[in-house]
Amino acid sequence: MSSEVHTRFNRELHSFPGGLELKTHKELTNSKESLRTPLPDKIILPLQQHIGSPSEPIVKKGDIVLKGQKIAQASGYISVPVHASTSGKILDIGTCQSIHIKSEQVPCIIIEPDGEDAWFELEPVTDYLSIDPEILQRLIYEAGIVGMGGAGFPAHVKLNEGTATAIDTLIINGVECEPYISCDDRIIREKADYIVSGTRMLQHAIQAEHCVIAVEEDMPEAFEALNALIDDDIELVTVPARYPAGGEKQLIKVLTGKEVPAGGLPIHIGIVMHNVGTAAAAFRAVTRGEPLLSRYVTVSGNVEDPRNLQVLLGTPVEHCLEQVGYHRRDDEAVIMGGPMMGKYIHDISMPVVKTTNSILVTSGFNRSREKPCIGCGDCVDVCPAKLLPQELFAYARAKDYEEVRALHLFDCIECGCCAYVCPSNIPLVKYYREAKTDIAIYEKKQAGYEHARHRFEARSERLDRIENRVDDRFDKIKTLSTDQDPVEEDKQSYIRAAVERMKQKKNKKKD
Amino acid sequence: MFGVLIIFLLALISGFLISRSAQMTLQQDKFEAILSALPQTQCGKCNYSGCRPYAEAIVRGEADINQCPPGGEATIKTIAKLLGRQIKPLNPENGLEKDKHIALIDETLCIGCVKCIKACPVDAILGAAKQMHSVLAEECTGCELCVAPCPMDCISMQAVTG
Repeated sequence: MSSEVHTRFNRELHSFPGGLELKTHKELTNSKESLRTPLPDKIILPLQQHIGSPSEPIVKKGDIVLKGQKIAQASGYISVPVHASTSGKILDIGTCQSIHIKSEQVPCIIIEPDGEDAWFELEPVTDYLSIDPEILQRLIYEAGIVGMGGAGFPAHVKLNEGTATAIDTLIINGVECEPYISCDDRIIREKADYIVSGTRMLQHAIQAEHCVIAVEEDMPEAFEALNALIDDDIELVTVPARYPAGGEKQLIKVLTGKEVPAGGLPIHIGIVMHNVGTAAAAFRAVTRGEPLLSRYVTVSGNVEDPRNLQVLLGTPVEHCLEQVGYHRRDDEAVIMGGPMMGKYIHDISMPVVKTTNSILVTSGFNRSREKPCIGCGDCVDVCPAKLLPQELFAYARAKDYEEVRALHLFDCIECGCCAYVCPSNIPLVKYYREAKTDIAIYEKKQAGYEHARHRFEARSERLDRIENRVDDRFDKIKTLSTDQDPVEEDKQSYIRAAVERMKQKKNKKKD
Repeated sequence: MFGVLIIFLLALISGFLISRSAQMTLQQDKFEAILSALPQTQCGKCNYSGCRPYAEAIVRGEADINQCPPGGEATIKTIAKLLGRQIKPLNPENGLEKDKHIALIDETLCIGCVKCIKACPVDAILGAAKQMHSVLAEECTGCELCVAPCPMDCISMQAVTG
């Protein structure tokens, strides 16, 4: 079957530099039916579940909300609204721990579910292939849909930029390359119709010429599920299982042979990529009117019954772990995301958000001591972005941010290959992330300096101007008093008389 | 012979002028780069009346590179790199580096004397004579120049997070 598809489209596959062949461990979860997680006691919805500016709450403490009701609005172009994932009462508008930065608290809305799960009024659209692409984009934006592969880039922005430029290829990414994670595999098997229809809808939304759905070669069931539904309009491709083949830039390289320019976006070479989950969510949002309220999450690792769950956004991680039989142990750690790119979470009351693809419990993980870099160069060989990890590491540690920038730190996709192969156990990506954060802070500071300088200069100029004006006036008065003409003399005496009269009046009043 | 001499002299003079102007622009570039590395608080902790005079003094070689407490380590690093010098710690005589603070006026005590408004180098204080004054938090650079002039001692510096 697969060869038939290949020959039908004659797509020649390419390879990307570096990368690793990893043991996938997907068999733990990918053959099991996904389960819906029951309602938790508390829903915690962070206002920033996406890349961009945080949303602004439009409800207040004590309000009663319905499932699917908008509770926070977007605060800019690169921002999306947040919706209540179940009906209930707004318990608080407070803060919870950020997933991205360990010490940071982010604003969130906390809902106490009423157990009814009562829906807000929905407005489905059925003629999605004939309506104006801009209306489609609007609907997808209103539904709060972001990239569900992990990065969380607002989907409407990608679509909107798509209308501005001619798009050659829309790629729907079902290549789940990180070990353990199988949520894309499961969503394809269970919701293949949504994905295929969603793909057609997205193609219409950006008016893309070609359309490709890519899955990994170790996902034969998912391939079959899709293959049964597609016609000649969509190309279905399997790509070799090599980490990180599912990375946006890597997959583009594999499928088209093109490279995204450094610091650029796929759109610059006429390509738009969306995750399979995003396609399904977008389809649901348009045809059923349902905003993004839940997602597939792989819960795996050292738990009794590892499997995929359909989780309402805002459900605490702890609640998800309870569904699969998790017993807390001190020598275990919980990771949000995959083993390569995920982050250790210290507080399992943290919620599942739009970008949470996986929750892993690692057993007996060993954080061996970091040793000095021996300059072996293994990291260089595996880097899929063709960077120099050991150089980046040296400069990042020295906090020489000009150099790390020159070494293209911002083209690092944080895939973790370098840290994986490092014989000295150096957590390289940790250093890169820190450097990225520091540079962002530095740039914000620098912008502040510039702003302050502008204000100071404006003020100095204004003060100078006022002083000059005062001087001018003095000069005028001086010239007036020296050579007075009779008319001016008259005026002066008139003014003096008026002042005199006022004084007398004042004195009278005092008496 | 005379012609050769004239051409020689001309070459000498123009060579001198070119090198001179190149040096000037180099100096000018350095000055601009240093100035933009300074935090523009105009706080005067460096013993100069503002960021511009301090930058000029550095370029002239009169002032050291480690006299700016609000800019701290980052600023020293940038300037050291620009001038090809060694990084050195902040001179404690000029003050200590601390997290960003902004001014807060205790509005119940403010008598509306406008002294702080006049002191603020970035127009971050709003108010009028005999009216309550208030600090625009977003514009305040934390230079502390408004603290001393206040006759009511009602301005305090508050740490900001984020």
